[in-house]
Amino acid sequence: MSDLPLIRADRAAPPPAAATPTGGRRRRVRLLSGTDRVVVTLMVLVPLLLVVALVWLPAGATVLLSGTDWDGIGPISDIEWVGGRNYADVVQNYPPFVPAVQNNLLWLAALFVVATPFGMFLAVLLDKELRGTRFYQTALYLPVVLSLALIGFVWQLLYSRDQGLLNAVLGTNVDWYGDPGVNIWAVLVAAGWRHVGYVMLLYLAGLKGVDPSLREAAAVDGASEGRTFFKVIFPVLRPINIIVLVVTVIESLRAFDLVWVINKGRNGLELLSALVTQNVVGEASRIGFGSALATIMLVVSLLFITVYLATVLREGRR
Amino acid sequence: MSRPRTRAEYLARLVPPSVAGLNRRSLLAGAAGTTALLGTGLLAGCGSDSGGSDAKTVSLGSNQSDPKPKEVVAKVVDGFQTSSGLQVAVNTVDHNTFQENINNYLQGRPDDVFMWFAGYRMRFFAARGLAGDLSDVWGRLSGMSDAFRKASTGDDGKQYFVPSSYYPWAVFYRKSVWQQNGYQEPKTLDDLTALAGEMKKDGLTPIAFADKDGWPAMGTFDILNLRINGYQFHIDLMAGKESWTSDKVKKVFDTWRGLLPLHQPDSLGRTWQEAAQSLQQKKSGMYLLGLFVGQQFDGDDLADLDFFTFPEIDPAIGAKALDAPIDGYMMARKPKQEANARKLLEYVGSKAAADITVKNDPSTLVANGEADTSGYSALQRKAAEVVGSATEIAQFLDRDTRPDFASTVIIPALQQFIKDPKDIDGLTSSIENQKKSIFTD
Repeated sequence: MSDLPLIRADRAAPPPAAATPTGGRRRRVRLLSGTDRVVVTLMVLVPLLLVVALVWLPAGATVLLSGTDWDGIGPISDIEWVGGRNYADVVQNYPPFVPAVQNNLLWLAALFVVATPFGMFLAVLLDKELRGTRFYQTALYLPVVLSLALIGFVWQLLYSRDQGLLNAVLGTNVDWYGDPGVNIWAVLVAAGWRHVGYVMLLYLAGLKGVDPSLREAAAVDGASEGRTFFKVIFPVLRPINIIVLVVTVIESLRAFDLVWVINKGRNGLELLSALVTQNVVGEASRIGFGSALATIMLVVSLLFITVYLATVLREGRR
Repeated sequence: MSRPRTRAEYLARLVPPSVAGLNRRSLLAGAAGTTALLGTGLLAGCGSDSGGSDAKTVSLGSNQSDPKPKEVVAKVVDGFQTSSGLQVAVNTVDHNTFQENINNYLQGRPDDVFMWFAGYRMRFFAARGLAGDLSDVWGRLSGMSDAFRKASTGDDGKQYFVPSSYYPWAVFYRKSVWQQNGYQEPKTLDDLTALAGEMKKDGLTPIAFADKDGWPAMGTFDILNLRINGYQFHIDLMAGKESWTSDKVKKVFDTWRGLLPLHQPDSLGRTWQEAAQSLQQKKSGMYLLGLFVGQQFDGDDLADLDFFTFPEIDPAIGAKALDAPIDGYMMARKPKQEANARKLLEYVGSKAAADITVKNDPSTLVANGEADTSGYSALQRKAAEVVGSATEIAQFLDRDTRPDFASTVIIPALQQFIKDPKDIDGLTSSIENQKKSIFTD
């Protein structure tokens, strides 16, 4: 950060003549007028309070509740502390937990290996200004805009075993949603369908921002199309690449809506987020147990966020 | 979980409340629920600021959010307003939202009277002091059978619930298909197996089956358990008192395993509507479900629908018990207008209210035995007779046990069983271990 004043000189309080050269820190504070100081304080305090009240307090409460067996009924003084029992139960005594972790990982792998690269590929194609680009763009982005209820319904029409389009067209009898070996793949297709559109739009926005002179320079140097992309464009798009990567990780960690619409995250479609919801929300009210699951999710998310922040900060320092 | 009454309601349920077009009131109720969650302790003390005891109002929390049932509730309420001169403020909340928020609702500022179901959850609310004692109302009710009184009684022997309607679970079939093939209603399990064998020969799927939503298979488990081990064992098992690893439970699963090949395959991807349609389209021979299966049948098809109760398995147990979930009303722990609330509860349990319901809603059975049931269809009349002659009435698995146990343990376990019926020992010990971690108090 430079020592330049952040505000216009005519609005700043005049620096006292006797200011010593060593009191740099104090001098900078005095550069702000009274109103500015109030504004700055508010701008820091209000988001801070919001973040604490809406993010950190609930997260802390979740961690605390995960050590209890609260059922959501009765005063807080009645809550009984059970220590790590919920965690032991989650790992040893809850059959859906292991499949949920596996499915979350599978989700991450599928989005990362298939959906994200495919979205990028489509973005590169659309960046070529083909005829009807706007139509393709809209068509591919549509799944991201559609309400989740509608998406669940659309895929139910395709996948239904007895009445679905897919079995009718293929003449097969596959139980797309009911067979636990098949349904996760069926859902991943639906999830990928959405994710491709999302990544495509993000990446297209990035590609539009690339300086055309870079391409021209590469062309003048005789680089092929593919080489231009991988050696020039892709490295230039590093910030977008990081955003796409983070979006992919976050999407696969918080994947929830599709499986919930299909069968509430049971029978082959277990996901951590769905298990948390099954236990906490609704009549079940196994709040302590569900909080333990939520805490596990929180820890996994924190791992990814820490890695991401560490990378970004290291970039910034360079 | 209450069964959807109409196809429209089922479809509406696919839409989570966050996306569905919520009306302002349910949004407010949701906001109130959230507030209650944040400040349960604070709000608990606020409920006592009641108006004068001479107020002419009473509030009713209704979960009947669909047009038809909502209209019936409005008619019953009209009847009460006319006969008592009191004003009823009906607060209708989306059915699923109501059920999911019930904990917060009851601890916050519930309406004086609210709708709920008989069963474990009702007794649980009563035991936790979240519902008012209605023994005096029962003293003035007439036309209620002993079975309904039993179903309305809490653990302390007092009544906390006024039943209004119910529907039985039974094995449904199409009369025309059965006449054509000369099938007879089976009286024993062997008869049933033999009949299913004939149906297979005739190219039918013997028993339609669907369990995508997790709850329909509970009906199969319940009826097998009731036939093999009897009503008392069912209640004790649901209350967590009996072991799931006992031979009795294993025998239920073992019998079910024998019947599974007669069921429609790939049931975990099918909704009950699709299974019901296979019965309607004469592709399946029979279907074990609640009376609401009739929602998938129209006009002549509906008249063609008939049913029998699940056949006897153990002659010492008989075949007289069945699942017949009961819907009704309860009173908040500290109603603002207690006297009026009791009057309303007495009315909704009366013959007058039952008569209004029969006249306006052809899809339910009313609890009051004195009601004029001449408006019933043949199917309704038979259903009422079957329930009337039942020795014991169970409420369905997810109403007879803790909701957390039913939804987070039993649903995955039964689906696991349907997927892989071989490993009964592993399955039952997994259920038992999870049960021990849930039934701690």
